[in-house]
Amino acid sequence: MIEFTGVWRTFKVGDQEVAALRDINLELLAGEYVSIMGPSGSGKSTLLNLIGLLDRPTSGIYRLDGQDVTTLDDAEQARIRSEKIGFVFQFFHLVPRLSAAMNIELPLLLAGVAPDERKQRVTQLLQSYGLSERADHRPDQLSGGQRQRVAIARATSMHPLVLLADEPTGNLDQATGKEVMTLLEQLVSQGVALILVTHDPGLGKRATRQLRMVDGQIVSDTRNEA
Amino acid sequence: MFFSDLFRLTTSSLLAYRMRSFLTGLGIAIGIAAVILLTSIGEGLHQFVLTEFNQFGTNIIGIQPGKTQTHGASVGVFGSVRPLSIEDAEALRHVPGVEYVTSVVQGNAEIRANGKSRRVTVYGVGAEFPQAFNLAVQVGNSLPAEDPTHSRPFVVLGAKVRNELFGTGNPLGGYLHIGGVRYRVIGVMEPKGQVLGFDLDDTVFIPVDRGLELFNRTGVMEIDVTYPDNVSADSVERGVRRILTARHGQDDYTVISQEKAMEVLGSVLNVITFAVGALGGISLLVGGVGILTIMTMAVSERTGEIGLLRALGAKEHQVLTLFLGEAILLSAAGGLAGLVFGIGIAQGLHILFPALPVYTPVFFAVLAEASAVVIGLIAGVMPARRAARLDPIEALRTE
Repeated sequence: MIEFTGVWRTFKVGDQEVAALRDINLELLAGEYVSIMGPSGSGKSTLLNLIGLLDRPTSGIYRLDGQDVTTLDDAEQARIRSEKIGFVFQFFHLVPRLSAAMNIELPLLLAGVAPDERKQRVTQLLQSYGLSERADHRPDQLSGGQRQRVAIARATSMHPLVLLADEPTGNLDQATGKEVMTLLEQLVSQGVALILVTHDPGLGKRATRQLRMVDGQIVSDTRNEA
Repeated sequence: MFFSDLFRLTTSSLLAYRMRSFLTGLGIAIGIAAVILLTSIGEGLHQFVLTEFNQFGTNIIGIQPGKTQTHGASVGVFGSVRPLSIEDAEALRHVPGVEYVTSVVQGNAEIRANGKSRRVTVYGVGAEFPQAFNLAVQVGNSLPAEDPTHSRPFVVLGAKVRNELFGTGNPLGGYLHIGGVRYRVIGVMEPKGQVLGFDLDDTVFIPVDRGLELFNRTGVMEIDVTYPDNVSADSVERGVRRILTARHGQDDYTVISQEKAMEVLGSVLNVITFAVGALGGISLLVGGVGILTIMTMAVSERTGEIGLLRALGAKEHQVLTLFLGEAILLSAAGGLAGLVFGIGIAQGLHILFPALPVYTPVFFAVLAEASAVVIGLIAGVMPARRAARLDPIEALRTE
């Protein structure tokens, strides 16, 4: 489903070209649960940004769902982000002035989904994430776990193919973190691919496929025996 | 994205920073209020002046002796100016389309009656003077139409003169002395009040030939001809010029049509209204700078949110629309408040000082609101474009 062929991503730092990703060749399957681990600066986040179409490779080809998305213009990439990709961030990234329900509704609203259907989907999401009571609360009135649940609900509101989670538990305590992971893994069992970037080896091991990155390259690619 | 959603999102962000939005909107409101207030007074003045001038009718052409030279040469070079005579006025009756003709001579004189005396404005006029200038006789008759060079000594009083000299008694048939000649009172004009500072009621009207004699003039000061609505001013003016040039042998008179004079006056007054409006526009501009400042701040503060929106699938133009929408909503709301203030203050001033004419055409209000929106648009474009072009990754990294 996700296919990287010879992908490089270099940045200019001062006069120097720094390669964040070097010649990445990678294929991720639909519904796969993948963790990406590695030290800081190893290129994990860059890879995630490329997958999420927030960034473009300097060279190489990225195919998503069979389509070459490398050369698409901004509007087309935005449409693919909207329809196929969900983001879950370490710092939740909720819009502080909007209610939980409205935060969940945002992707639907940007995609121009009809109000009736939106309302239905949001109600359903609030319910399945145990947030019905909190629908009208603003993010600062929610606990960390509740905030991340809102963020996950938001990420899944458009029924994406793949969820990209960058340290989703990095800002939560152990118990809440575990709870959030359980929610994400439930989504995997429903067929959504989950790509998890983390520092935490314990978390990384839960994934069925584990990528390890060092210096912009994938140095190991292992699968848990089922 | 639906318009209602756009509205919901932009309102939510404006409401999230209530005080700031209020103050920024206030900047625009003050600007719009200033524009509306100033143009309302300007336009009120405009209407007032035009009504003052037009109360005697608009279909009037005035002819004065002497040529107004547009270049500096002395009239002496081309020959002396012939005065306009009563005969000239009579001749103008033959101009096609002319309805009433009256000659006018005017001056100050002392009048005496009932042992009282008073200095008033004396008008020597033709018999058709009241019809020509929309004036009505209240009591008695107007000056009779008779041989305009040998008229009888009749006088028609202005309302004030009647009160001062005859009190509440019946003035008709009474006598009035002007410059040693005894006139018989045959009528009283309806009160007209002051027009541009002249008291039209502190006047008496006598036949024009007696006016010339009284002021020792050889020609009248002005001949006025009027024409009905269905006749064009130009054709009457051409007819007047043809006859007068034939009679005088040269173009030694000046024709001023009320219609054209009003056009010139109207355009001058429009310029004044525009100029005061532009003065108010300066504060509107300052309000626009306020919006620019606030929107620039908002984009910096909400960088993380912009990154998020992009990650959630917002296209560049959607981000642009959101921020532009905020700027426009802010200025449009400020503009509406400004309209209410401006019209309110204008009407309040009018109630406090009834002499101050105030008039706010709907067109001005619409134009002011439209300019508020345009200012919001212009002020919002730069910050909104910056927001739309932010690198989503960089933006997401900012928290």
